[in-house]
Amino acid sequence: MTAETATRTAPPPRAGARRRARLSGGTALGLGSAVLYLSLIVLIPLALVVWRSTDEGLGYFWRAVTTPDAWAALTLTIGASAIVALINLVLGTVIAWVLVRDRFPGKGIVDTLIDLPFALPTIVAGLVLLALYGPESPLGVNLAYSRAGVGLALLFVTLPFVVRTVQPVLIELDKDMEQAAASLGASPFQTFRRIVLPNLVPAMLSGTALAFTRAISEFGSIVLISGNLPFKTQVAAVNIFSQIEGDNTTGAAAISTVLLIVALVALVSLDLLQRWGSRRG
Amino acid sequence: MTTPVHIEVRDVNKSFGTTPVLREVSVDVASGSLTALLGPSGGGKSTLLRVIAGLEHPDTGTVRISGVDATRLAPQRRNVGFVFQHYAAFKHMTVFRNVAFGLEIRKRPKNEIRERVMELLELVHLERMADRYPSQLSGGQRQRMALARALAVEPEVLLLDEPFGALDAQVRKELRTWLRRLHDEVHVTTVFVTHDQEEAIEVADTVVVLADGAVEQVGSPADVYDNPANPFVMRFLGPVTEIGGNLVRPHDIEITAEPRPGSSQATVARVVRLGFEVRVELLIDDREAWVQVTRGVAEQLALNPGDTVNVRPAHRASRSLPPH
Repeated sequence: MTAETATRTAPPPRAGARRRARLSGGTALGLGSAVLYLSLIVLIPLALVVWRSTDEGLGYFWRAVTTPDAWAALTLTIGASAIVALINLVLGTVIAWVLVRDRFPGKGIVDTLIDLPFALPTIVAGLVLLALYGPESPLGVNLAYSRAGVGLALLFVTLPFVVRTVQPVLIELDKDMEQAAASLGASPFQTFRRIVLPNLVPAMLSGTALAFTRAISEFGSIVLISGNLPFKTQVAAVNIFSQIEGDNTTGAAAISTVLLIVALVALVSLDLLQRWGSRRG
Repeated sequence: MTTPVHIEVRDVNKSFGTTPVLREVSVDVASGSLTALLGPSGGGKSTLLRVIAGLEHPDTGTVRISGVDATRLAPQRRNVGFVFQHYAAFKHMTVFRNVAFGLEIRKRPKNEIRERVMELLELVHLERMADRYPSQLSGGQRQRMALARALAVEPEVLLLDEPFGALDAQVRKELRTWLRRLHDEVHVTTVFVTHDQEEAIEVADTVVVLADGAVEQVGSPADVYDNPANPFVMRFLGPVTEIGGNLVRPHDIEITAEPRPGSSQATVARVVRLGFEVRVELLIDDREAWVQVTRGVAEQLALNPGDTVNVRPAHRASRSLPPH
């Protein structure tokens, strides 16, 4: 695998020269460090989890994942995350649009606020949400211990993803293109749909994928507001935590593996979608 | 014979914030002409073009296209083709779809679109690039694509904003000649913006000189070059030097060994040979001036630094002006 990557990073060999591409010292060092780092931080721990999950055989793995409470937690997590990702796809794009294209007082502050869900410890976010939308809500909206509360917490923590992926693309977008479309007779809506949107879609999709994968792994912001009621508001990450507390590490690893696979599938399929899209133009 | 006026700009004023960009601008563009808006950057020429296209709105004044008041008309409804300096290529579409865009918006039948696009791609010599994306084209090719895209909708008026400004010198020269020929073929009323006087003189049949948001002069290329309305136009359109208190084109100066009526005495400071022409740098009463002569004249006079010569504006000289 390393050899294959190496040939790809090397400059294309000249026609006729079929010599094996060799890496320069700098490239080899850089690639080596990158692979080592990635292995230590990401690949080996993940592999270990997957390995752990099949400790007691595939049958056990399957039973661990399909126990009623685990299954309920998984479906709730994936379903809520998908809905939340879609909502943020739309609203995140709208926010990015407003931040880039509109002028209004306090824009700088709003722009900074977008990053708050990133910066805040998620448990603090949970606390804030509980205070605002909990049983003692000053707004009179009580979402505590409900699925809507779970969704709200997920919306909060995943808001920045789509905004922050779409925003730079929108800033770089050549406004002349839109004017050219207008002078060719396109209405503002046609210009948006045929010129602006196709240029934003890749960023929108990758932002959505990041929001989704972040949402399925969320713990801190949900744990307070959801009340963690099994079969109702318990999400997968909380379920994993309770499995570990119940000393069932294999079961916890099994559920973790499912989340890992779902995340990978989401990322890979969106990547494929983008490639397909850019080929079609 | 008078050609009908196609674009009529009247008393247009436009400011960005408190900075006036166009001041009482009135310009007539004749039907079927190729007109250059020439001037230094910041002179308002691009803004004037965008006002004609409807991409900017004048604060006061009117724009009429084909006799119809277009001042408040949206760009979509002006039937104007616009070509941008940086191409404004739709980068997510192939060359074919770029050119087809305006026709697709107009919901023309598919086979008609295909036919028309291929015809245009042939006109701009891009027929083999139909399936490429803009990023796979050179700058010159992208600009030709943009031109085909603008022509596709059969605009009444074609507007080009510094169309060759982003291209290198060689390609720019080629495209200039090509634009002139294209215009002779297509005959659409064309206005282009440039800050390059050579480009304006070579390509256009009418030159509008704009500076500081106001029209300085309108005329044929020969007219604005030979009979500049003021020192600014004279300086902007070609080389100038000062003798006897007047601005003169350096190629319109007679240089002789003996004094003649109206001539002034000068000392040769330097002789520079530039191929077929020779640039003679002079000092007249401690003021620098220069004269452009042919190699033959220079050799005949056997000019050397330190020589004393006599200079005066030639009789056939284009207008000379006081420098202020």
